Amino acid sequence: MSDNVSKGKDRSVSRIAKEIYSKYGILIILVIMLVGSTLLTPVFLTQRNLINVMRQMSVIFIIACGTTMVIISGMIDLSSGSVAALSGVVATGMMVATKSAPLAVAVGIIVGGLCGAVNGAFITTFKLPPFIMTLAMMISARGLVLLYTGGIPISGIGNLNVLGQGFILGVPIPIIIMMIIFGITWVLLNRMKFGRYIYAIGGNEEAAIASGVSVKRVKAMTWIINGMFVGLAGVILMARINSGQPAAGQMYELDAITTVVLGGTSLSGGIGTIQGTLAGAMIIGILNNVLNLLNVSPYYQQILKGAIIVTAVILDIKTKEIRAKS
Amino acid sequence: MHLRGVVLEAHQNYVLEMKDIRKVFPGVVACDGVNLNVRKGTVHALVGENGAGKSTMMKILAGEYIPDQGEIYFQGKKAVISSTRDALNLGISTVYQELNLVPEMTIAENIFLGRELVDSSRMFVRFKDLYAQAGKYLQELGLKYDPRTKINKLSVSGAQMVEIAKGISRGASLIVLDEPTSAITDSEVDVLFTQIRNLKKKGITFIYISHKMNEIFSISDDVTVMRDGKWVGTHGIKEMNEKKLISLMVGRELSEMFPKVACDIGETVFEVKNLTKKGVFSNISLSVKKGEILGISGLMGAGRTELARAIFGLDSIDSGEILVEGRKAVIKSPADSIRQGVVMLPEDRKQVGLVLIRSVLENIGLSNLDQFTSYELLNIRKERKVCADIAKRVGVKAHNLQVQVKTLSGGNQQKVVICKWLLQKLKVLILDEPTRGIDVGAKSEIHRLMGEFAKKGMAVIMISSELPEMLGMSDRIMVMREGEISGELTREEATQEKIMTLAMGGRKQ
Repeated sequence: MSDNVSKGKDRSVSRIAKEIYSKYGILIILVIMLVGSTLLTPVFLTQRNLINVMRQMSVIFIIACGTTMVIISGMIDLSSGSVAALSGVVATGMMVATKSAPLAVAVGIIVGGLCGAVNGAFITTFKLPPFIMTLAMMISARGLVLLYTGGIPISGIGNLNVLGQGFILGVPIPIIIMMIIFGITWVLLNRMKFGRYIYAIGGNEEAAIASGVSVKRVKAMTWIINGMFVGLAGVILMARINSGQPAAGQMYELDAITTVVLGGTSLSGGIGTIQGTLAGAMIIGILNNVLNLLNVSPYYQQILKGAIIVTAVILDIKTKEIRAKS
Repeated sequence: MHLRGVVLEAHQNYVLEMKDIRKVFPGVVACDGVNLNVRKGTVHALVGENGAGKSTMMKILAGEYIPDQGEIYFQGKKAVISSTRDALNLGISTVYQELNLVPEMTIAENIFLGRELVDSSRMFVRFKDLYAQAGKYLQELGLKYDPRTKINKLSVSGAQMVEIAKGISRGASLIVLDEPTSAITDSEVDVLFTQIRNLKKKGITFIYISHKMNEIFSISDDVTVMRDGKWVGTHGIKEMNEKKLISLMVGRELSEMFPKVACDIGETVFEVKNLTKKGVFSNISLSVKKGEILGISGLMGAGRTELARAIFGLDSIDSGEILVEGRKAVIKSPADSIRQGVVMLPEDRKQVGLVLIRSVLENIGLSNLDQFTSYELLNIRKERKVCADIAKRVGVKAHNLQVQVKTLSGGNQQKVVICKWLLQKLKVLILDEPTRGIDVGAKSEIHRLMGEFAKKGMAVIMISSELPEMLGMSDRIMVMREGEISGELTREEATQEKIMTLAMGGRKQ
């Protein structure tokens, strides 16, 4: 008798756990990581360290905001690392030439936007698969970086470094910019036609066309906005490392994609949120931070990161299965 | 139990007995104490509205679902079906609506997919034997296909026959056909039925799921009716008639199948002149008046859907023009067409009509976001209210507006597409197979809506392969054959025979 009762209880507990998980998914992993990290190392939960975590994830997160939109619309961007580097070095060059930080930032964003426009133009006009187009852009943009810099870092970044190292009211500027970009992306996705259209295009492109959506225009817009975000991220990246580094930003595209997928955005398009991407970025940020605090060898760090990504995405798939069944 | 007397006879008469089957999904009882007894060598129709539990029963039989309760006896022995492999090994084969064939592979490769004939090293496929054997199976079925033909070169009915051949090659003695005729023409249906009758003689049993009354009556021996997950009854087809069957399915008498409302027919709103797309359709001219329902009939492949897609701007045309309210309209994309007030309910609503993974709300809103936008920002509250109102008016049954459209039944999905267009200022509504794959209840609701649209002064163009629907709803019927208009009939003069004659190539009397 009592056996039965406890069994029933167990089942309901696991059901409740499942329900909570299916509702909050990735957030729970984030909370577990926060608690775990706090227990593992006391340094983790200090204001200074937390700000550090956020500052370190800012560049990738800004790129990931663009990548989120690209992936929701059913495409993929492999060029963001190279484009960030190109925007960053050109902005640094502009800074050296004009000594005007606002102008340098604007030029960085424009260069990113232009690269995005080129991606978008080829993808919509010639129906190139985004994977191929952005792969080509990744290679060519890196070539342009090397051409522009001659392979040598550009020094003399001047007060542009404020963008990466400065504070407003005690909050690091990269974090402020990151939150602004998060807000802009949230509005784009949830409060504007543009967002509805990219979810529809990613979900079913033909249905979007048959509903009167100008798919080409929306896709081109997606690439341009994505490019501008990447451009901005590139400028912050250079400002953080104090010079125009031609080798900077390598593999950032993969970090951004990882962040987005970790945040629950479907690689087949149509599903995803920017809040999820933020959670994904924080998980990776905390992971990096804690492993460093614990003095784990970078070799192990890499292996562990791969394993955690797979685990998190498996959990996410399982959640969706539970959700689909109920 | 008021089953027929047969029920008291020995087990051996039944090739399949499913007893007291119960299957519960979170929140829904899909099957509740359902019995299904199928006599050997018969065609057993399984009917019911969408959501009645037919598919669940068949998925249990195919090993895709495990029942929570109940027993299955196959060929007199108790059967445990816990995977699709179990079902196949027992000799139960299912031909789904969405065919499970690889289009880029040949007929023979598909028939032997997963159990290829290999040589002694178990590494290399013996293609010669593979093709020879496949050829044998095709021949047995009286199919004149070369086994080296790729599936994508076959018609839908051809692919279905390959599926059946695949089942038989695996030694299937029970074949489940899930709405096999929803995508094939009447003449292809005849071919299919001849095959079914031949196989029946060889002792093969069929379970036949369909919404089409005439087919159920012409092919089946027995019929089991399900409603709301429950078993309603099993009857010999001879003691049934259409009206009785429908009333069993819906649990009520359908007072009127086609609620056609008489409405005033006004001036011409929409004209198509000499529309041509090379190799698809040529020289199509038609016109529709306010309040009129123009039916476009024809066999599959006559170019009807292609015509509708071209008018709507989904496909390009080679020549010809489109006039809306007498003015020439340049339509290069659906966006242009929608701006002119000409919209289409596509034949393939899952591919073209809806974004299945997004919500009901987003799907209704998708074409109408300008109405909810001020200063580039969406007014979410207004959007929700407008969409909820229209969904209520059209009668969309959904838990709430946030659920994914793919969770709705076919009829409700179609209503979502209708809602989307009703928020536009419509002049012309093109409906391509508006009630395909939709249960009887939702069907008549959609017919009622069509009548309403006409009454409001819209011009309606309806493409349909169901002749009763065509005759019941249209004011005028245009028949297409091989990309051309082969004739036109008024509501009064149209009969099934006349339409079929025009569609198949006879001369108009």
